[in-house]
Amino acid sequence: MTASDAFMGKAERSALVTPILDNNPIGVQVLGICSALAVTTRLDKALVMSVAVTIVVAFASLAVSLIRNRTPSSIRIIVQLTIIASLVIVVDQFLKAYLFELSLELSVFIGLIITNCIVMGRAEGYAMQNPPWLSMLDGVGNGLGYGLVLVLVALARELFGAGRVFGVQVLPLAQDGGWYEPNGLMLLAPSALFLVALLIWALRAWKPALQEKD
Amino acid sequence: MPKLDSTRYTILFAAAVCVVCALVVSLAAVGLSERQDANARLYRQKNVLLAAGLIEPDERPSTSELLRIFDENIEIGLIDLATGDKVEPKGLDPRSYDPRKVRNDPTMSRPAPPNNAGLLRLPNTGVVYYVKGAKGIEQVVLPIEGGGMWGMLSGFIALDRDGNTVRGLTFYEQKETPGLGGEISNPKWQALWRGRKAYDANFAPKLAVIKGAAGPPEKDPHHVDGLSGATITSNSVSRLVAFWFSDKGYGPYLKQFRQGAAT
Repeated sequence: MTASDAFMGKAERSALVTPILDNNPIGVQVLGICSALAVTTRLDKALVMSVAVTIVVAFASLAVSLIRNRTPSSIRIIVQLTIIASLVIVVDQFLKAYLFELSLELSVFIGLIITNCIVMGRAEGYAMQNPPWLSMLDGVGNGLGYGLVLVLVALARELFGAGRVFGVQVLPLAQDGGWYEPNGLMLLAPSALFLVALLIWALRAWKPALQEKD
Repeated sequence: MPKLDSTRYTILFAAAVCVVCALVVSLAAVGLSERQDANARLYRQKNVLLAAGLIEPDERPSTSELLRIFDENIEIGLIDLATGDKVEPKGLDPRSYDPRKVRNDPTMSRPAPPNNAGLLRLPNTGVVYYVKGAKGIEQVVLPIEGGGMWGMLSGFIALDRDGNTVRGLTFYEQKETPGLGGEISNPKWQALWRGRKAYDANFAPKLAVIKGAAGPPEKDPHHVDGLSGATITSNSVSRLVAFWFSDKGYGPYLKQFRQGAAT
């Protein structure tokens, strides 16, 4: 076994890649749906949210894993929450310093990353049993898996709801003399539910192994 | 290694985690505060321009563009809030002066007169933004604030040269319920204020948010549509607008402004 194998071997690669599709937090674990509805009206918001969640899950998993053998099990949940909450505040501070106006629109939802089930789920379900480097990769993978769904949903919602991609008009709107009549439903939260459901359907049709036996 | 489940160890462990987390959070907050303050100041300047209609809500000007528009069109004035007289800066930098920040400084603020706008203290010095045009001062933009449902509402209201006709309104800081009271940040609702009158014929403050829909400004000049599902927020906005246009707020200043003394 070479040094690079220890750094990025088979187990590491699987920790990073599996959550993106085969164990996607939204598509398969069905976690973190609430924020997927709220921040996907525009691509830039979804992208910033995805990056924020990825950073929080990655570092929360890393920190929880580092102290996992010393954490008294009676207070492990509150210790995880303290770490997650601190990371979320730090991310929020960075957004306020570098992406101010976006942070105003996102601020409530950034704060709510604390309660995003993905973060707690990975900390309790994975990082408590696995070494730091693997846990961090698992966190990054879950963040990316979450981000992938968010970006796809936001792309569909912004494109069909406002005719825009990243704020740039690609479908000329009928009200401005173009041909596209925007679908107002796409800008409302329920449309994200339909889109997420369609994505889950597509994912399970593509990978039949994910279907549960009933 | 100590026993993981002993009470002593558990308490020490919890304390250590808290100290480390507190340190990380404080470092981030202190280290980034300068940039955050600069952003907040810029955002206030942007909202002055929005209230005055110098930029539109869907425009996204760059920082330098924003500052250029601000410098070209806006002249900042400081006033004694109680008398409405113009005052000299005296050590204050008008550009960065934020009346909301001096509320807790007893040398720069005073207890607010009894009011129902949720204000406990008022700054001694107020800041006003004059919008210059080809024919001198065209509008004045006034900061307004008051208690809302979940927290303070801060905004700007722009008045025409007559010191009475509303040219625009923004709320740039609020914690109201998203989708209900939070709609006070919606440019569509804010646009309803344009053309309304702050005062009646005898210069008594009259402007208020009502339940239901108001008529067009020419027919129904003193009312603005209420926000459905947000009665408390709507009433808060009514109260704070009434306060700031009364003699306790900008009343004395606007009297002078209408007479042209402030120009």
